[in-house]
Amino acid sequence: MTDATSSLPRRAAKKPSRLAMLTTRFAENRLAVFGLFLVVLAILAALFAPWIAPQNPFDLATLDIFDSMLPPGSTGSENGLHYLLGTDAQGRDVFSSILYGLRTSLIVAFSSVGFSMGIGLVAGLSAAYFGGALDAILMRIVDIQLSFPAILVALVLLAILGQGVDKVILALIIAQWPYFARTARSAALVERNREYILAVRCLNLSAPRIIARHLLPNCLPPLIVIALIDLASSIAIEATLSFLGVGVPVTKPSLGMLISNGFEFLMSGSYWISLFPGFALALVIMGINLAGDHLRDILNPRNS
Amino acid sequence: MQAFIVNRILQSLIVVLVMTLLVFAGLFVIGDPVQMLVSPDATDIEKEAVRQSLGLDQSFVVQYLSFMRDALHGDLGNSFLTGAPAMDLILKRMPATFELVICAMILATGIGLPLGILAGLRPEARSSKTIMAGSILGFSLPNFWVALVLIMIFAVGLGWVPASGRGETVQIGPIAVSFLTLDGLHHLILPALTLSLTKMALIIRVARAATREVAGQEYIKFARAKGLRKNRIVGVHLLKNIMVPLITVIGLEFGRTAAFAVVTETIFSWPGMGKLLIDSILTLDRPVVVAYLLLMVVFLVFLNLVVDLAYLWLDPAAREKGRD
Amino acid sequence: MPPLSQTFGSLLRAGAVAAVSTLALATAPQAADLTIGLKSEPTSLDPQFHVLASNTQVSMAIFEPLVAQNTELGIEPDLATSWTFEGTVWTFNLDPAVTFSDGTPFTADDVVFSIDRVAKVPNSPSPFTLFTRQIASVEAVDAHTVKITTKEPYPLLVNDLAYLPILSKAAASGPAPEGRTTTELNRGEGLIGTGPYKFQSWERGASLVLARNDAFHGAAPEWDHVVYKPMVNPASRAAALLAGDIDVMEAPPTTDLKDMEANPKVSVVAGPPARVLYVGLDQFRDATPGVKGTAHNPFLDIRVREAMSLAIDRKAIVARVMGGAAQAAGDLVPATMFGADPGHAEAPAADIARAKALLAEAGYAKGFDLVLGAPSGRYVNDARIAQTLAAMWSRIGIRTTVEASTPSVFFKNYYDMSYSAYLASWGNNSGEVGTTLKALVLTRDPAKGIGTANNSGYANPEVDKLVLEGASTMDPEAREALLAQADKIVLDDYTLLPLHFEQPLWALRAGLTYAARADQYTLPQDVHSVK
Repeated sequence: MTDATSSLPRRAAKKPSRLAMLTTRFAENRLAVFGLFLVVLAILAALFAPWIAPQNPFDLATLDIFDSMLPPGSTGSENGLHYLLGTDAQGRDVFSSILYGLRTSLIVAFSSVGFSMGIGLVAGLSAAYFGGALDAILMRIVDIQLSFPAILVALVLLAILGQGVDKVILALIIAQWPYFARTARSAALVERNREYILAVRCLNLSAPRIIARHLLPNCLPPLIVIALIDLASSIAIEATLSFLGVGVPVTKPSLGMLISNGFEFLMSGSYWISLFPGFALALVIMGINLAGDHLRDILNPRNS
Repeated sequence: MQAFIVNRILQSLIVVLVMTLLVFAGLFVIGDPVQMLVSPDATDIEKEAVRQSLGLDQSFVVQYLSFMRDALHGDLGNSFLTGAPAMDLILKRMPATFELVICAMILATGIGLPLGILAGLRPEARSSKTIMAGSILGFSLPNFWVALVLIMIFAVGLGWVPASGRGETVQIGPIAVSFLTLDGLHHLILPALTLSLTKMALIIRVARAATREVAGQEYIKFARAKGLRKNRIVGVHLLKNIMVPLITVIGLEFGRTAAFAVVTETIFSWPGMGKLLIDSILTLDRPVVVAYLLLMVVFLVFLNLVVDLAYLWLDPAAREKGRD
Repeated sequence: MPPLSQTFGSLLRAGAVAAVSTLALATAPQAADLTIGLKSEPTSLDPQFHVLASNTQVSMAIFEPLVAQNTELGIEPDLATSWTFEGTVWTFNLDPAVTFSDGTPFTADDVVFSIDRVAKVPNSPSPFTLFTRQIASVEAVDAHTVKITTKEPYPLLVNDLAYLPILSKAAASGPAPEGRTTTELNRGEGLIGTGPYKFQSWERGASLVLARNDAFHGAAPEWDHVVYKPMVNPASRAAALLAGDIDVMEAPPTTDLKDMEANPKVSVVAGPPARVLYVGLDQFRDATPGVKGTAHNPFLDIRVREAMSLAIDRKAIVARVMGGAAQAAGDLVPATMFGADPGHAEAPAADIARAKALLAEAGYAKGFDLVLGAPSGRYVNDARIAQTLAAMWSRIGIRTTVEASTPSVFFKNYYDMSYSAYLASWGNNSGEVGTTLKALVLTRDPAKGIGTANNSGYANPEVDKLVLEGASTMDPEAREALLAQADKIVLDDYTLLPLHFEQPLWALRAGLTYAARADQYTLPQDVHSVK
């Protein structure tokens, strides 16, 4: 039986050459490459934050209240630390806070997108493959949810769940999975009616297996694009929720929380607390969007 | 067509049920509104009296059912905090939000549409590439951060406009609007601009894509060949044809923008209903939260319906299909 | 609003011919109007609906109580010119010259009606019965004499009465049990008082306008109109003051104080403090949820509590976190208050070495892990104070993390007693230490309204006895001695760790003065222009 399936035409077999082609086409757009560079830089900075950051901003014992609100380039009174980007009202090094905040932001973004993509895939593929009542119910739920702005859904959920990194992730998953489900379903529907799938179905293979080995690979390209765009919007939504005071707790600041903490000092001239984390946030999101936008263009069959 | 509308309305009823159930069940898990409201000096008896008068001593099921019963009679309950009908509180603040949203949409369309068409007509030009890069920026920069930067530059730094609040209002019938006064416009410009940026980016993209599609079609080429002036071609044929996707986007985004105004209103202390929602969530003022969500559901469903109908009416192809 | 307010709208309304006069009108506010930027809007204008500072301060401009509290919470005559008491019976002599703003005379019937109405107001989120619960009966002896009987000897009756504004019986009567309903009063119907200003209009979220009461019995009120504008965001209030849009702002942000003090266009005034920020420690169970690294609850040991107090550099918190707008505290009430123990007037100085020694002595040389619960956004700089405390305790080996929650979450945990250590606050509104002790440290008996905010579970029968005896002792000297004795025991026990007293702040445009108040109320009758 395995032989039978492998002899069927599989698009995945063409993958290496296609990947190489994609890479070449991606590299043609300098802005997209720059975006990718920013994303990689952010991931590396977040990964290695404990080694790069001069201070652990989450460890309250290392903070000195007498070093609070120092402008960029100051030196700590007791610990002799050099505060490259200044300190916040608690005496936290803003540069270290950005690195650690980036961590929180990226953890939230990657895990929420990962889970929503997983859930969306399963739901979307099953809906497409089985059709009928399952399809109708799932897609109705998706339709309903998509008629609501994600920010509103997340806001209401967090009002119910309370603050916390885990809760923000959960709220984002619930708010975002329908996008994946719908995309996966429509991509799978196109594939489902192709001849080779019809052929495989005749072979009495189990449903999960057909879905996993034949439908899934062909749905991935559009989903990856959505995932990238969603990554950016997850970071932005998390930052927004934290800014509104319903996201991550004030003691484990994400980039959004840092900006929010600095807001009250903006008017009195301490611009650095809000401004630098803001730049970091904007750069990361822009990087993802630049790369994602171009990737969508080259993956879109209509453009190629 | 009727079946379609009935279906939509049924669907939204389900949403209302799920939403109210969720908020009803969930909002008090993390906090107790009575502890928030009552003076900390109060005795248990006094606290219990407050609980009773707000109906919070009843079981969850009883509370929910009596809420639904009242809601069917058009009464969404009174705010815990102010004792005033929740719906009144929201409706009073709605004009401020809608004023902000409409101004943002006008800005987004007024600036985004010409830029998008320009980028679509000459896709390879340097100016078009700049416009497209700018639109990515519009997508990327988080709304609240843009607001902060704008406040920093134009309110704190240059002092051209106020940092927050709504300006002087003028009464038009029962509605107070601020865009008719100079002071009101001064207050309106920053929040409206902030709120419009993401939408502007979106409209640029939609307009560009639609323009490219239309520009490549035979009849435009034919019109050109006929020697029609370029302005006229763009003005009449192109606009006519990109109207459909554009109206769809503007209509759908209107609802999203109204929801997103929550953020803008908070930063600019704009006295709209989004600000009220955040305040009510933080004080666990459940009747107001539920009433806001109900209103939002009705509004979004209505909007979607209008957009769909407009789509059917504008797009001859879809109309044909509808008849089949 | 200066020249900008020459508006399209007003031009449209007035027409082109009248444009010149419109321009003159539009240069509002006039010299004799006062505009106040509020930090929060009143939830209702019904003076008996919601015990909330933002409501009370407005009703204090429209209405008057029998007796009033002065800026330092002392009691002064108001509608009652004098009073006497004997046991539980108080007799108040009313001012016969007072009339309501509608011209009708003020009599004892209005007092009876007003106090009677309190319990009848429905749906109140925080009822005024708080201030009438000791009252057994109110009788009008004659037109200008009122007799109030309390359930037991109760010296603080006058403090409670200061919170009960007197409505006009004629104006506020109605078919509902409570007379005029809250909704009607919110519209200004029946909202008739004896105060210096009277209601003119209210648009929720935008502005509340009062006008001078020409029938006022005291000195003529200075302002033609008083306009209250809710401006929740402190930064926008400050911007509005600097731009001249408002004359008075409540609670200027502590971060802006330096700039404001340097600015000749504005001045900052500070009132006497009455609100203490303190730390509570779990003292009622052996296994406490927020502590790791020890088998037993370390806070049951007084040496640990003392060590934690010694680790706190209160002056640093005042200087670096509070922007100087606070006073380091050694007691739960300022030393000037009635019954405060003179031995704790000074805030203890930080002493890290001694703190470490005490911890070691108590058997915690290696310290322990602690979670400090704190609200985020309820008190001035609350989350920042908590983080600073955590840093200070971490230095003596108590590795502290902060769990800062939105107020709704914080207060649930706080009243559920699920914190091992928490940052909280108490505003004293009686001017004597007894009410603070009664709520914060007396053995919990919520049914009687005793120890209602004692969420550290402290229980000391001796303190209970002293405070309760003081509460019903009518002789001031004897009462002061009892309370001071109780206060001393509580503080010597390190029951709660006082941090600092918040200083109520206002910023005014140049040329104005304000008699800053301990209760944080912004009263337009106390704002005057410099002559």
